[in-house]
Amino acid sequence: MTTDPRLNSKLREAFGSSPFILTKFDSFMDWVRGSSLFLLQFGIACCSIEMMHTFAVKHDLDRFGAGVPRASPRQADLIIVPGTIVSKFAPRMRRVYDQMPEPKFVVGMGSCTISGGPFHKGYNVVKGVEEILPVDIHVPGCPPRPEALVYGIVKLQERIINGQRSPVTVDPYELEKFGDLDTHELIEQLADQIAENDLVMRYNWSDSP
Amino acid sequence: MSSTPASSQKNIVGISKNGTLDYTKLEKLLGPLVLQKEDHVNAPAFVIRPDSVEEALTLLRDEAGFDHLSCVTAQEYEDRFESIYHLRKYDSPQHELGIVVPSPKNNPWNQSACSVFRTADWHEREAYDLVGINYEGHPDLRRILLPDTWQGHPLSLDYDQNKPQLITLQEHENPLRDTDEENTMFINIGPHHPATHGVLHLKTVLDGEHVVSVDPDIGYLHRCEEQMAQGLNYRYQIMPYPDRWDYASAGLLNEWAYARAAEDLVNIEVPEYAEIIRTMGAELCRICAHFLAVGTFALDIYGDFTAIFMYAMRDREIVQSILEDLTGQRMMFNYFRLGGVVWDLPEPRDEFLSKIQKFLDKIPAGIQEYSELMTTNEIFQLRCVGTGILPPDVARQYGVTGPVARGSGIDYDLRRDDPYGYYENLDWNVVTNDGCDIYSRFLVRLGEVEQSAKIIGQCISLLESWPEEDRIIQANVPRTIKPPADAEIYRAVEAAKGELGIYIRSDGTQQPARFKIRSPCFSNLSTLSEMATGGLVPDLIAALGSLDIVLGEVDR
Repeated sequence: MTTDPRLNSKLREAFGSSPFILTKFDSFMDWVRGSSLFLLQFGIACCSIEMMHTFAVKHDLDRFGAGVPRASPRQADLIIVPGTIVSKFAPRMRRVYDQMPEPKFVVGMGSCTISGGPFHKGYNVVKGVEEILPVDIHVPGCPPRPEALVYGIVKLQERIINGQRSPVTVDPYELEKFGDLDTHELIEQLADQIAENDLVMRYNWSDSP
Repeated sequence: MSSTPASSQKNIVGISKNGTLDYTKLEKLLGPLVLQKEDHVNAPAFVIRPDSVEEALTLLRDEAGFDHLSCVTAQEYEDRFESIYHLRKYDSPQHELGIVVPSPKNNPWNQSACSVFRTADWHEREAYDLVGINYEGHPDLRRILLPDTWQGHPLSLDYDQNKPQLITLQEHENPLRDTDEENTMFINIGPHHPATHGVLHLKTVLDGEHVVSVDPDIGYLHRCEEQMAQGLNYRYQIMPYPDRWDYASAGLLNEWAYARAAEDLVNIEVPEYAEIIRTMGAELCRICAHFLAVGTFALDIYGDFTAIFMYAMRDREIVQSILEDLTGQRMMFNYFRLGGVVWDLPEPRDEFLSKIQKFLDKIPAGIQEYSELMTTNEIFQLRCVGTGILPPDVARQYGVTGPVARGSGIDYDLRRDDPYGYYENLDWNVVTNDGCDIYSRFLVRLGEVEQSAKIIGQCISLLESWPEEDRIIQANVPRTIKPPADAEIYRAVEAAKGELGIYIRSDGTQQPARFKIRSPCFSNLSTLSEMATGGLVPDLIAALGSLDIVLGEVDR
C-alpha cells in the first residue's frame, strides 16, 4: 500500500519508519501545556496597556502559542499581573487566582509586581505580587516593552515544557476567616463591623519587605 | 438642584466692564459671610465659616455664575483643618474663585456642598476618606478610595503608616431580593471584568434586564499618588509620576498639568520653542489616548477583539514609536522639565519630522475608515444613538469636562478658554456635539483626533523653520526650587479626559506640603448612575465605555 505523499513530512523522516513516538506522559503533557497557554484577560494598571499591545497586531503574542485571552479565570492557565496591587484589590486578585484550574502559572509584569515599584512607599500599596501569589516569572520594567513581555512568556513556556516548576513564594498574605484571627486591638475595633465568617486579609505593613 | 447656565442669565454679579472678575463686588455679594480674603496664586479666595458653605456657594452659583465646582481640596495644618472649594465658570474658565473653609483641629467639620453641586458628593467623600473632615448634611459620607474597614485617614498629619489593616472579602451572599416591595438581583460587575477598563467595581441592582441602581465602587488602584508627590521635590522628582495617572499614553498631557502649576507657582517662563515641542508632544498623546478610547469602546460594544480594536492598536504603535523617538520611552515619558523639555528633537530632525508628517497624512483616511466601520454599523447605531443620555445641566452639576462634556454640547476646552502652551497661536477648533448620548461622545473623540492632527501639522512647520540659534529648550531654572511659604495655586490643563487640575500648597521647602490632583475621570465617572439608571444592562456597559475612564486617574 502506498502512503499518501503528504504524510511524508520532515517530521516523519526524522522519526524513521516508526509512526510512533515514545515519550513519558508527563513530558507530553508538559509540552501540551507549554505550547498552548490560555491567558486571563486581566488588566490592572499601566502595564495592561502594554499587555494589550503585546496581544494585538505587530507583537502578536499568539505566534508563540500563548495569545488567546480568556475573560474567565476558570478557562485560563496563565495570569499576567499587569500593575500595582493595592490593599483593596489584593483579596479580589487572590480570589481570581484561586478560581483558575491547576496547573496555573503567574507572570508578574512590571516593577510594581516586584516590589511596589515607584509606589513602594505608599500607605496602600502591596509591596510586590509575591505577597499574594506565587510567581513563576518576573518581567522588570516600568512598564516592560511588549518585547520584554513576550520574552518573559516564552521563558515561562520553556520552563513548563522542560518540567521545571519552582514558583517563588514568600510568606504571603492569606484570606482568612475573621473569626479565626488572633485577638488584637484592631480586631476588637472591627468586631461589630465584620461577621465571623467573612474572609479578611490582614496586612502587617511593618513586616513588608 | 438644577443650575442655570450662566450665559442665559442677564445680570451676573461680579464682572467688571472689561470682562474680568471684580472681587470687591463678589465680596459685597457674600457680605458678612466673608471672614477674610486670601490671595492664592491663581485667584483670590474668600474665607468663610464652616456653617455657611451652602449659603455662600448657592449665592455664587445663582448670582455670580460660578457653575463649575472643579475641585474640593482638603488638608490639615498644624493648627486647623481646611477645605477649599475651587470654583470657576463653564463659560469663562478664567474666572476663578476659591472658597476656603477652616475648621477646628479637634472636631473637623463643615457643611456639605452636595445640595449646591452634585459633584461635591464624591469630592467630599474623598476628602473625608483621606484627610478626615466630616461634611455635615452629606447624603452618604463613607469612604470612597480606601476600604470601609480602613483605620485612620492617611493624609492627616498623625497617621501611622505601619499599623496593620484588615480588608474584607464577603462571599456567598444571596443576590436575589424577593420581597413584596422589590424583586431585584444584586450583581457585582468587576473589579475583574473585561468591560470595566481596569479594576472598577460596579455594584449594580437589576430588575430583570433593567438597571435599578448602580454604585461605582472605586479605589482598587489607589496608589497614593498625592502622598508620593508630597514626599518628592519639585525640581526633578515629581515629574515621572504624572505619566502614571492617566496611563493610556497620555503622559505628556499629565506632565503638563504639573509643569503648568509648578511653573506658575514660582514664575518660570517657558521658551517659545519648548512650548511648541510641548504642544506637539501633548497632541500626539491626545491622539494616542483617543485611539485607545475608540478601540476599547469597540471592544465593549462588539464584545470581541475586532478589526477596530486592532486598527486602533496598530495606529497607536505608530504614535508610540514617534513618542519614543522624542522622549526615549513608549509610555512613561518623563520628558517635561520645569521651564521646558529635557532635550531637543532627535537627530536627524528632518527624518523625525517627516515620520510625523507621514503619520498625519494617513489620519484623514484613517478617521474615514474608523467612521465607516463604526458609524455605519447597525449594531453600533442601535447601542449608541439615544442611549446613555447626559443633559448639559446635569453634566455641569457633576463637574463633567473633556470629550464627555463636549459630547453634551458644553463648549468648554481649557486649551482655548484658559490658554497655555502654544495653542493660542495656532488654528484649530473645539469639537462639540449636541447629541448628549454615547454616539456623540464617540464622534467628539474622532473629531478631536482630526483637530490634534491639525495642531501637530502646524507645530511641525514651525519647528522645521525655527532658526537653529533660537532653539532654547529650557529656561534658566535654579537647581533647587523653594516656592515661598504658604503660596497656594490651583491650575488645570485640558488632558485627554478633561480638566486635569493640580493644587499645590508650599511650606517653603523643596517639597509640596499639599499636592492635590483633580482628575477629570473621577468627576466624569460619578455621572454613570445618572446615565445608566432605568436603562438596560448593555447600555450601562456602553455608557461606561463612552466615559473613557482610566482607573489610574480615577483612583490616583
